[in-house]
This record gives sequence, C-alpha cells and structure tokens, in this order.
Amino acid sequence: MNATPLLEVRHLTRYFPAGGAVWLPGRAPRQVKAVDDVSFTLAEGETLGLVGESGCGKSTLGRAILRLIEPTSGEVLFRGQDIVGLRGPALRELRRQMQMVFQDPYSALNPRMRVGAVIREPLDIYRIGTPAERRRRVEELLERVGLDASYATRYPHELSGGQRQRVGIAAALALEPRVIVADEPVSALDVSVQAQILNLLHRLRQELGLSLIFIAHNLDVVAHVSDRVAVMYLGKIVETAPAATLFAAPQHPYTRALLSAIPVPDPARTQRPRPPAGEIPSPLNPPSGCHFHPRCPEALPICARVAPSLQEYMPSCTVACHVAARRLGLPSLESPAYL
Amino acid sequence: MNAVATETLLDVRDLTVRFRAEGGTVRAVSGVSFSLRRGETLGLVGESGCGKSTAAFALMGLLPGNGQVTAGEVLFEGRDLLKLRPRELRALRGNRLSMVFQNPMTSLDPAYSVGSQITDVLREHRGLSASAARAAAIDLLRRVGIPDPEQRFHVHPHRLSGGQRQRVVIAIALACDPVLLIADEPTTALDVTIQAQILNLLRDLGSERQAAIILITHDLGVVAQMCDRVAVMYAGRLVEEAPVGAIFAEPLHPYTAALLRSIPSLHSTRGALAVIEGTVPDLSHPPPGCPFAPRCPRRMAVCTERIPDLLVTRPGHSVACFLHGGTA
Repeated sequence: MNATPLLEVRHLTRYFPAGGAVWLPGRAPRQVKAVDDVSFTLAEGETLGLVGESGCGKSTLGRAILRLIEPTSGEVLFRGQDIVGLRGPALRELRRQMQMVFQDPYSALNPRMRVGAVIREPLDIYRIGTPAERRRRVEELLERVGLDASYATRYPHELSGGQRQRVGIAAALALEPRVIVADEPVSALDVSVQAQILNLLHRLRQELGLSLIFIAHNLDVVAHVSDRVAVMYLGKIVETAPAATLFAAPQHPYTRALLSAIPVPDPARTQRPRPPAGEIPSPLNPPSGCHFHPRCPEALPICARVAPSLQEYMPSCTVACHVAARRLGLPSLESPAYL
Repeated sequence: MNAVATETLLDVRDLTVRFRAEGGTVRAVSGVSFSLRRGETLGLVGESGCGKSTAAFALMGLLPGNGQVTAGEVLFEGRDLLKLRPRELRALRGNRLSMVFQNPMTSLDPAYSVGSQITDVLREHRGLSASAARAAAIDLLRRVGIPDPEQRFHVHPHRLSGGQRQRVVIAIALACDPVLLIADEPTTALDVTIQAQILNLLRDLGSERQAAIILITHDLGVVAQMCDRVAVMYAGRLVEEAPVGAIFAEPLHPYTAALLRSIPSLHSTRGALAVIEGTVPDLSHPPPGCPFAPRCPRRMAVCTERIPDLLVTRPGHSVACFLHGGTA
C-alpha cells in the first residue's frame, strides 16, 4: 500500500433532511447525519470491508462514493482527482471506473429485460463496440461469472438468487471498472450459494485486479473477504484495521461487542455472548460525544462530552475511542479545556 | 444448552405435507419424524425451500389453504394435534404451544396497543381479570427487557424498533408459560447485537421454564450456540439428526458436511469455500432416489434409484444416506 491510493475518501459527509414533510417556521430543520466526516483509503487491488448494524450509514457511504447519492461535503479522490464536483462527460468517464453490485439482484435487474440486454446495457450507453462485438462481450462476461452463454436469452425471474447475483456482477463488470462497491451482495442468499458468490468475487479480484468495497453486516463474511475492515457506528468510522488484526485484537468497545455477539458455528464455544445493553440509538438524535457511550461498558465521563477522533495506533490501524486511546497511550483529548 | 433427559414432549412421526400449485403437487415435507423432550432445544436447519418452516406450520395446524397434511402424526403430550378439532387446537396454541416468527408484525396487530395484545392472551387462556392481566402483562414486558414497561404497555407496535417488537412477540409467547415454543428464524431480521440479546432471552426461557424449543434457522452459528440437537432438512426430507456436538464434529450426510464447509470465516481460505454444485430439486417433480443425489459428490448408483431411510447409526445419531448403511 504505497504511493497514491486508488481511492481516497476525505471528510465525506451526507446529511438527509428529516422530521416530516412540512417545515415549520421558527424550528430548525432537523437532519440525519447518515455519513458524518468519514475518511479512508482504498489501495489498488485491495478489498475493504465496511461493517456495521442497521442505520450505521454503510450503504449511504457506498452510494455517496459512487455519487449515486450526492455527498453533502467532503472529497472522494479517484487516482488523486476529486470526483465530487465532476459533471457531464468527466462524470460519465468516472462512472466507468466505479460500479456497484446490489444486495437484492431481483430488484436491481429490470424484469422486462433479458439477461443479455441487462449486461449489454452499459455497453450500449457508452457506445462501446459494434453490435456483434457487444454480443460477444456479453457472452464473455457470462462465462466469466460462471454462467453459460444460453443465459443471455433468459429473464431474471427464470433464474435462482445466486444466478441473478452473477448477472448483477456481470453487468457491473461490463465497463471494466477498477473499483466495485458491493452492498450486501450475499446477504439474501443461502449459505451454499453465498459460498459460490464469495468464491466468484475472489476469483474476479485476482483475474482482473479489482479493488472492492465490500459492505456487509455479517462479520464472518467480511472477515473472509477483506484485507482491511472499517467498522461504522451511527455515521462514523470507529475503527479500521487489517482483517486479522481487527478480529484478533479489536480496540473499540463497539467492535468488541459486535465480535462477541456473533454466534460462532462451534458448539464447543459455550461462552454466553454479552451483547451491549440497549438498542442502537436513532440517528436522528444521536447521543452526545462518542455516539456509543450510552451502551459502552467502559465509558468515561469524557465520552459523553467529546467526540473522539480516529487516531492511528499502529500502521494502518486506527481507532476513535477515548478509552482505547488511554490504553494505547495515544495523545489524549482530555485537555483542561474539556474538563 | 439444557439437555434434560425426561419424558418425550413432542413426537412427530412421518409428517408429510403437500401443496396444490400450478405445476401440480409440491411435496413440501416428506415423511419427517423427530421427537423432543422437555427443556430440550432442537435446531431445524436447512436452506430456503427445504420444508423446515412448512413442517413447523403443519404441526401447529397453521398451513395455508392450499397445503394439506397427507400423512403422519404429531403427538404432543400424548394427543395427536392433527386429529384435534380447530377449537381444541386453538385452546392449545398460545397456551401450551407458542410461536415466534421471523417478522414480528406477522404476530402483532398494528391496530391495538402492545399491552392489549398481551392481556388478550392472558384473559383468553388464563381467565385473568382485566387488572390482573394488566399487571401480568407489564411484568412480562419487563421480563423480556422492554424499558419503561408501564409506558410501553400503551404504545402501538409501529412505535417500537424491530428488536423491541420481537421482544413483545416473545412476551406474548411466554404469557401462558408454554411447554413448547416454535421459533421460526426469530432473529434473522435483527442486527447482531440485538440478536444476541434475543437469543439470551430464549436460552433463559429454556433453562428457567423447562420449555422445549424448536428453533428453525439457516444460521449454523445460532444452531451451535443454542441447540442441544440438530435436525437437517433437504428437499422436504430429514437427512440427518444428531446431538449438536456430533453434527459439527462428524457430520455424516454429505449435505450436512458441505453446508458446514461453506461457512466463511476469518480462517477459511479465500476463493476455496466449499460449494454445493447445482440447485435444489423441483419438489413438484422430485428426482427418484435420494433428493441430494444429483448434487452429491459421493453419489453411488443406488442413490439415484432408491430413497435412503433415516437410520440410527450410533446412539442419538441418525442419517439417511446409503454411505452409512441401508443398502439391503
């Protein structure tokens, strides 16, 4: 991981207006900070796993990076170029480089289009090749995702969930992107089918040198596919680390809670999970300071007042937590001004 | 984990369910047998369409109109549930027998307050007075971990989060101290930290109340952490049944083995997860022989000709596979 990263996200923020359809004079418009000041990098060929529970902003972040949702502020640098302000042809060119794979391939595929047309559509839009070349390319893409060419004439409803996800992946690959954002690509699938799709994504990464942002709530899946993992909670990244480090030595109490809550497929491990108490707070009205503090078993008085920032404690490992910062001997935010 | 060896509470024998569908008859459940003792948790596992939910709905007498139990017995405390009149069955359901579904809104009525839905059950089945039912309901809400139960009593389901709603459903299920709880993917729609809370709640129910639980799930992690025994279904049939330790340590059926090897983890090799080739058979035209044979890496000639019986291979462990006997 050297030189300029393929993708760099800096202070990315996306707010959504909230609080009813009618704006009442005299009341400040309410906002949901779905993505709140998020920064990270993605190296060439790397897979970054983005995990977190409902409402943590992982899907919004994925879409904001591709500008399927416009960021409220911040920068997304692709090979050093900020893509947030791009328009017209420059944006179109960029979209070729970055594609998305969705959770539910059934709603992502047009039910009235045959599989071949779905995969060909990006080639048509970008006017790539002659009709004969496009047809050949569709066959090649189908083969690449493990479907034979005859699937081109079928409709999405004739396919199984796993086959549909293969089609979704083939369509995402049509323009030879460098980055794929996959949003829960296997969570709607049975475990044996999930294994097929995970193997396929791995093979494609190797064959095509793709970089992948893999968004999921299933930590086992994320651990399996990712080089590095970023954990999100209520719009913020709370910890990032290489997958092996994160799972072996998680630093943030939320990461620890998340890991201890996963049911391990090993009956010999009978330790009763101790999940954090309470529920994920409403993103409309997040707790002060560190958003996790009301559920945190280790919270200090400062946690309710001051939002911790992400600090690097080892190369490519960061954590946003006052408690972890103390433990790791990082410079503290507890200056007298805060106390 | 509450392996208490006492009398048999539920004995399902040769349960068979058919659905009328456009393409003909769908054999959703074929000859499924298992039994359950008090305080025991049985995991019913398998992938989409394997018949695990249908089997559970059938034994509760809750099949949709186009479904029918065509054979079998469901002996619960010695009585065959399939032979009960609707009124008798209704008196048992929500009382001795309870259910929790994946989507809590399947069980909750959006038009009534959470409290009234619990008191209804208490008044119907336990004949409590209005004020006694109210006190009992608030106590139940507290027991399942709902904060401010006195206030939440008056709230409608839409005001609650998914996890809270599932807690309310569990409170309703617990209202009459059931001896058997059927939980169909009770945590699948929930976040992992909330899932852990709900599973702890179910675990306590099993150990404190000695209730038997049938836990239907596709999540093998949940099975490992919750169940005493596991029954694996494939294409409407029970293919293996064993204590949870044996299922994970020495799965005998090739399907069970493949399922376990397909679970990803930090330590599994990327790109090399076990894959089950092919797809689940069409249950309106099942193949002759073992339903898994077309996808089985260890298929033999006999497998495509005859259906293997579920045979006990060692104490407490049965499997339906010609690799483990039954070729005679």
